[in-house]
Amino acid sequence: MQVLAQVIFGVIFLIANYFMVKNILRIRKTILLGKDVSIEASSQRWKNVILIAFGQKKMFKKPLPALLHLFVYLGFLIVNLEMIEIIVDGFFGTHRVLFPLLGSLYSFCINTFEFFAAAVIVACLVFLIRRNLIKVPRFSGVEMTSKPIVDANLILVVEILLMVAFLSMNACDYLLQQAGHEHYTSVGRFFISSSLSPLFAGLSSEALVFIERFCWWFHIIGVLAFANYVFMESKHLHIFLAFVNTYFARTEPAGKLQSMESVTREVKLMLNIPVETTETTTEPGRFGAKEVNDLSWKNILDAFSCTECGRCTQQCPANLTGKKLSPRKIMMDTRRRAQDMMKGIESQGKEFSDGKSLLGDYISEGEIMACTTCNACVEACPVLINPVDIIVQLRQYKVMEESQAPASWNMMFSNVENNFAPWKFSPSDRFNWVQKLD
Amino acid sequence: MAKYTAPLVSELVAKGENPEILFWVGCAGSFDERAKAITVAFVKILNHVGIKFAVLGHEESCTGDPAKRAGNEFLFQMMAMSNIQVLNGYQIKKIVTACPHCFNTIKNEYPALGGNYEVVHHAQLLQQLIDEGRIKIKEGGSFKGKKITYHDSCYLGRANQIYEAPRKVLEVLDAQLVEMKRCRSTGLCCGAGGAQMFKEPEKGKKDINVERTEEALQTGATIIAANCPFCMTMLSDGVKNKEKETEIKVYDLAELIALANEL
Ligand code: SF4
Ligand code: SF4
Repeated sequence: MQVLAQVIFGVIFLIANYFMVKNILRIRKTILLGKDVSIEASSQRWKNVILIAFGQKKMFKKPLPALLHLFVYLGFLIVNLEMIEIIVDGFFGTHRVLFPLLGSLYSFCINTFEFFAAAVIVACLVFLIRRNLIKVPRFSGVEMTSKPIVDANLILVVEILLMVAFLSMNACDYLLQQAGHEHYTSVGRFFISSSLSPLFAGLSSEALVFIERFCWWFHIIGVLAFANYVFMESKHLHIFLAFVNTYFARTEPAGKLQSMESVTREVKLMLNIPVETTETTTEPGRFGAKEVNDLSWKNILDAFSCTECGRCTQQCPANLTGKKLSPRKIMMDTRRRAQDMMKGIESQGKEFSDGKSLLGDYISEGEIMACTTCNACVEACPVLINPVDIIVQLRQYKVMEESQAPASWNMMFSNVENNFAPWKFSPSDRFNWVQKLD
Repeated sequence: MAKYTAPLVSELVAKGENPEILFWVGCAGSFDERAKAITVAFVKILNHVGIKFAVLGHEESCTGDPAKRAGNEFLFQMMAMSNIQVLNGYQIKKIVTACPHCFNTIKNEYPALGGNYEVVHHAQLLQQLIDEGRIKIKEGGSFKGKKITYHDSCYLGRANQIYEAPRKVLEVLDAQLVEMKRCRSTGLCCGAGGAQMFKEPEKGKKDINVERTEEALQTGATIIAANCPFCMTMLSDGVKNKEKETEIKVYDLAELIALANEL
């Protein structure tokens, strides 16, 4: 019986890991659909990882959710340490293998895990209430269709169940220790689980063993299933990608838009400025972005890191005043298109086409034209995502490839070109203000 | 000789001199009636403190910012490169401008095209002049005790993280500074950026400038301080929309300093 359990555990563990690695590689491939950009290493990048990802600095603009989220985050990191013991016990059929190794430290560790498990339960309950009963406005919007809503709630419910299983397991274990059950070595009492143990008092030791084992299996299988789910479709990917994304995030001033080198070459030729030979090698390609693979891999990484928290949209002046633009939607659409494209490539090969494109079928012109490039979304994002960079590239495609700028912009362009100012003034009047000096 | 002058770089260079700093006026500051008053106020201050500055006059062109933000990179780079040719031709080292869009573009986007200058926004220069004691406001100046609220422009604030300099400038007025609900890094856009100034807003429930003006009015301030000619237009329109133009005035930082100094 014991051996069978070990074998089953081993098989589940390996299968789960196989699919997890497979999904991770698939995400990597999807992100790399984007165009190459080189990003220079710098100490600022590590600082961002430490402050923004580990330190969650941006989260603390909203103290209450930040504190609760911190509990869930620490709970995730810390309770997962317990997984080490669970995995070893699972493989070798041992029970609480770390107890003899850690001695009195063991009780400290488990007490800490239990504290965070309880904190995670409380935090997730509050989150569920905020989402479903209080209905905090930033959790709704056109892009928050049933799928992302179910995703968010599912994660919270699963976290609660996992933590309840963990605490119940320890509570039964405690009762079994007290009853002197041979397999359950006495490891002492842990504050939270022992306080919960009266809930299970009066059950036979068989029932207690059953509950304890059930919780143990539920916890481990739950965690493995959850890990797999995270790497498929969930916004929960941010637990890993937040670190990667803050590292690769732009360290330049937010106001700076990227320069298009392919344009530089042509403009230099037009203005008779000598072009360096190395510059001739850059391929002109398409100007701006119509499709997700016209964007850079960093843009797609941004999209996969999005937690769908809506902090960006909540600050967006266009969205606030009822325009169609929502920076969160831009990120979610980019991700959805990248995933759809990957699926297509997997089934139809590299030349896949479904007659759709990011601009037009996912993101509409009305959205990208409403952006004021105010960077409120960039500033608000807790994981340093930049929706403006995508919006501007989509605009570039509309304007430069399709020549589909709004009429008033075309007028502005021609004024800039001919009068050297965006309005229809005569260039000879440019210095007239000087007459007002006296 | 006139009390205030705005020397041209070309004239200075012809005399074999170089300006300490170039004042980049910008298109709004050159053509827009309201923004011209900001240009004039700033030039008066520069004269007043005796900085050796110069302007480009007819040799200045649009930086290309609205074209770039509207997605027309070609036009942007054309404008940028011809401006850079002019600036480099005069060996300009330091530039001040009263427009956060020009500031951002020249400071952040010109280097990639060969234009490297030390660029400051006039809020920063004003703060420096105040710190150095070169701008002083008399005890009990005309703004003493008045309620002023400061509107962060996106391109000075979030785009370039300059939040304190303009507030320090306002402090010398001895006025009562009141903050809007959304300020500093969460300041609300006036609605003009990203080339929105040059087109009708997309369909929505409300105009952004009205939303922002309402927020400014809620503070009870009688003066809204701006640092950008586009915010100036948007907020002035917002105040008109609310029919408050007799009670509430929108001023640029430079205008407030010039007025307080009776320049
Ligand atoms: S930059 Fe554009 S998308 Fe982002 S908050 Fe401002 S208007 Fe909205
Ligand atoms: S882009 Fe950032 S702020 Fe916006 S929903 Fe995603 S994670 Fe939240």
